[in-house]
Amino acid sequence: MNPLKWVTSRLVILVPYAWLLIFFLVPFFIVFKISLSTTAIQMPPYDPVFDGTGTWEKIKQLSFDNYVWLTEDPLYYRAYISSVIIAAVSTVLTLLVAYPVAYGMARAPSSIRPTLLMLVILPFWTSFLIRVYAWIGILKPEGLLSQLLISLGLISEPLQILNTNTAIFIGIVYSYLPFMVLPIYSALEKMDYSLVEAAEDLGCTPTGAFWKVTFPLSLPGVIAGCFLVFIPAVGEFVIPDLLGGSATLMIGKTLWNEFFSNRDWPVSSAVAVVLLLILVIPIVFFQNAQAKAEEAGR
Amino acid sequence: MNTTWSRFNILSVVVGFSFLYLPILILIIFSFNASKLVTVWGGFSTKWYVSLFSNQGIMDAAWVTIRVALLSASIATVLGTLAALALNRYTRFNGRMLFSGMVYAPLVMPEVITGLSLLLLFVAIGFDRGFWTVTLAHVTLTMCFVAVVVQSRLVTYDRSLDEAAMDLGATPVGTFFQVTLPVILPAVVSGWMLAFTLSLDDLVIASFTSGPGATTLPMKIYSQVRLGVTPEINAVSTIMIAFIATGVVIASIITKRQEVQRKRDERMAMAQP
Amino acid sequence: MKSLGNIRRSFAPWNDPSAKPYIAFENITKAFGSFIAVNDLTLHVFQREFFALLGASGCGKSTLLRMLAGFEQPTSGRILLDGQEMSGIPPYRRPVNMMFQSYALFPHMTVEKNIAFGLKQDGMAKSEIEDRVAQMLKLVKLEQFGKRKPHQLSGGQRQRVALARSIAKRPKVLLLDEPLGALDKKLREETQFELMDLQQELGLTFMVVTHDQEEAMTMADRIAIMDRGQVKQVATPAEVYEAPNSRFVADFIGSVTLFEGKVEKAEGNRIEIAGTDGFPIRAESAVAVTPGATVHYAIRPEKIRLTKARPADPSVNAAEGEIWDIAYLGDMTVFHVRLASGKVIKISQMNATREAEEPFGWDEQAWVSFPANAGIVLTS
Repeated sequence: MNPLKWVTSRLVILVPYAWLLIFFLVPFFIVFKISLSTTAIQMPPYDPVFDGTGTWEKIKQLSFDNYVWLTEDPLYYRAYISSVIIAAVSTVLTLLVAYPVAYGMARAPSSIRPTLLMLVILPFWTSFLIRVYAWIGILKPEGLLSQLLISLGLISEPLQILNTNTAIFIGIVYSYLPFMVLPIYSALEKMDYSLVEAAEDLGCTPTGAFWKVTFPLSLPGVIAGCFLVFIPAVGEFVIPDLLGGSATLMIGKTLWNEFFSNRDWPVSSAVAVVLLLILVIPIVFFQNAQAKAEEAGR
Repeated sequence: MNTTWSRFNILSVVVGFSFLYLPILILIIFSFNASKLVTVWGGFSTKWYVSLFSNQGIMDAAWVTIRVALLSASIATVLGTLAALALNRYTRFNGRMLFSGMVYAPLVMPEVITGLSLLLLFVAIGFDRGFWTVTLAHVTLTMCFVAVVVQSRLVTYDRSLDEAAMDLGATPVGTFFQVTLPVILPAVVSGWMLAFTLSLDDLVIASFTSGPGATTLPMKIYSQVRLGVTPEINAVSTIMIAFIATGVVIASIITKRQEVQRKRDERMAMAQP
Repeated sequence: MKSLGNIRRSFAPWNDPSAKPYIAFENITKAFGSFIAVNDLTLHVFQREFFALLGASGCGKSTLLRMLAGFEQPTSGRILLDGQEMSGIPPYRRPVNMMFQSYALFPHMTVEKNIAFGLKQDGMAKSEIEDRVAQMLKLVKLEQFGKRKPHQLSGGQRQRVALARSIAKRPKVLLLDEPLGALDKKLREETQFELMDLQQELGLTFMVVTHDQEEAMTMADRIAIMDRGQVKQVATPAEVYEAPNSRFVADFIGSVTLFEGKVEKAEGNRIEIAGTDGFPIRAESAVAVTPGATVHYAIRPEKIRLTKARPADPSVNAAEGEIWDIAYLGDMTVFHVRLASGKVIKISQMNATREAEEPFGWDEQAWVSFPANAGIVLTS
């Protein structure tokens, strides 16, 4: 290989690589480091570690107090558990809503499919915050949903949805729907429909053909969609903060409050480290799936 | 897939799309509400838009947001395109696994973690928080989205185009600028647009990494939402939605038209010997 | 003088021991990981030759072409072009151009810009580029299409733009990777002759890679038949068909029936083979064989006669069998005759007249016969 080509090829890799190392990977180590320090009333509000001279000095300064604190106060582990449960339930609900939509889109006449696709992507481009905010006006006790149902005579008392977990489920399903629809749609769209015809020709009922042919072939899309919803939903902050009540425990919100209200940087770092540990397995699975898709596309 | 569009299919699409769009539609409608209550219709009015433009705090935040978005999207597009090329062209290099991990992880990483970790980095290196820290943070997040968009285009890119250019005497750098980049440009442009809107919309990462004097529009909206729902927020949201939707719709109409024209050209071309 | 096939070639530098090869692949090996794509291959191509590399996919023919273009580096061995060593020279500095299988036309450039691309890279003056582009468009009969973009052209037109672009720089060698693969059959046949005429007119050296034997036979002066990274035979189309050097080549080119047997008698070039299919074969062998050796007698379907009765001449080889299958193809009819040994023999008969005196039917008994020099003796 000639030197010019060598240099350009190295630059193509090195520049983004270095950027991500500095701004994505290194910060995690800093988070980890600070999670081992102690809180102090100063700026930045923690006692630095690793400023002693000898190795032993450094190790003596490390403190696992923050992690001990996370296990002692039930607030934290309850928040972790409830985040994972809420995210899992929301992921299933999103799948149930998204699959028929994606299936309907894939079956649509090919002339309108690009338009439908654009309409699914469009909300993704509009602000997450605004879309969550839009639901406050709908779900409030005096909001539009209650008004509508009362005027239809279906209920007599205003609904108490806002500030409950139901509101969070609605918020997550709504906000993350495009992330579920898109991968399922692209899996279904690629599928050769003559496979279903072949199954029916060989004696399958339409329902049987769906479960034996269509659904298994759309499974990669379903799995990708579930990861794309579940992982960020576990650490979600905006939705529980705006739609959930004071009783709602979600770890993203806990981290935010720890950081902005209590100004306890070491504890919020410890919260982040544990959250990351919880998410490492699904993230690695997600990346493997991505790498496989990338490999298959080559 | 090519088959009949059953009633059930139509119904699911209609219901799904209503679910996606009704809340936004309601939000837009109530931004024109004369009443201060966002849930009771009190007649048509544009007064909230008027009061918006005299709200210096919101206007300042909007200006910061647009500057951050323009700058971060541009840097992210360069870095993201390089990252996509690295992933697509170099299948073997030391640390490729780590690299692709770092490209895909931010896509799903909870924003609170990314925001906190970037903040702690800026504090650790003694970087004053403000316009630049938000910009750097947004570059880091959005370059990964650009990389994914460009990478998915590169997968279908015919590598023999590059070989043909080199065969005809273009150097590798010349090949990139004369052939590769022009051909993948639509993907690069949509990567830029995605990066721009992600930066425009971001609340969590901006909240962590921003400092005094660099309040972005989502941060401003959030602090007002916490105080209560007002038609003014509906108005500013409507403007943001309209701004982005117009951009996206125009871009997709242009793409669609080009595609239709292209198909027509191809049909005509095939008709001749 | 008798010759193989019915063509007399005046251009045959490969028979001239003083001629120097223009392209020389010398002991080229190319490995991709543990896969050996090209294995210690040596091959010489002469100036102004139309040379074809023929083989199944994965035989290494494209890799060979790409090594000459500079896209792949040989693992070992060297390539010389017009006496110059090519290793280390990047593709953009090599005096060869390639026409890609996918055509690789730049979709964002007009036909003119595509053709001008290579000239621009050389820093040619603008007016000169314009002249050359006009000349090229005329050559490929696309004068009216200069301002169009590739997607506004039909498949045949795109193929001609790709051709014009690759010869615009007047390369020392034009490399063609499955140049007609994307065209339909009729257009392909026309274009084969156009390419041959163009090559004559420009006096360029062409090296074409193809998996289509008819295409190679039609266009090439010489064909190299490749298998698993090695060249099996390099010869003119008539030679590879009429005088294949191995069972592989005989079987690869056209259709053939192979009889196995042991050499019974050898007197000069006249030999007698005790066939394993129940009848003796008298043959003429160009290569020396010793009695007792196992050989194969290869014979093409059109060189076998099919008759109702045993031919009167006792010197021809003959065997009786049953008509197993018949395929009427218009210009000829193909018969499969099954001998008592179970061997199925392919025979083709030209339908030179509209009506036949002696029609054959399924399951009838018939005689297959062929003179000694109709087939060829193969020892490998």
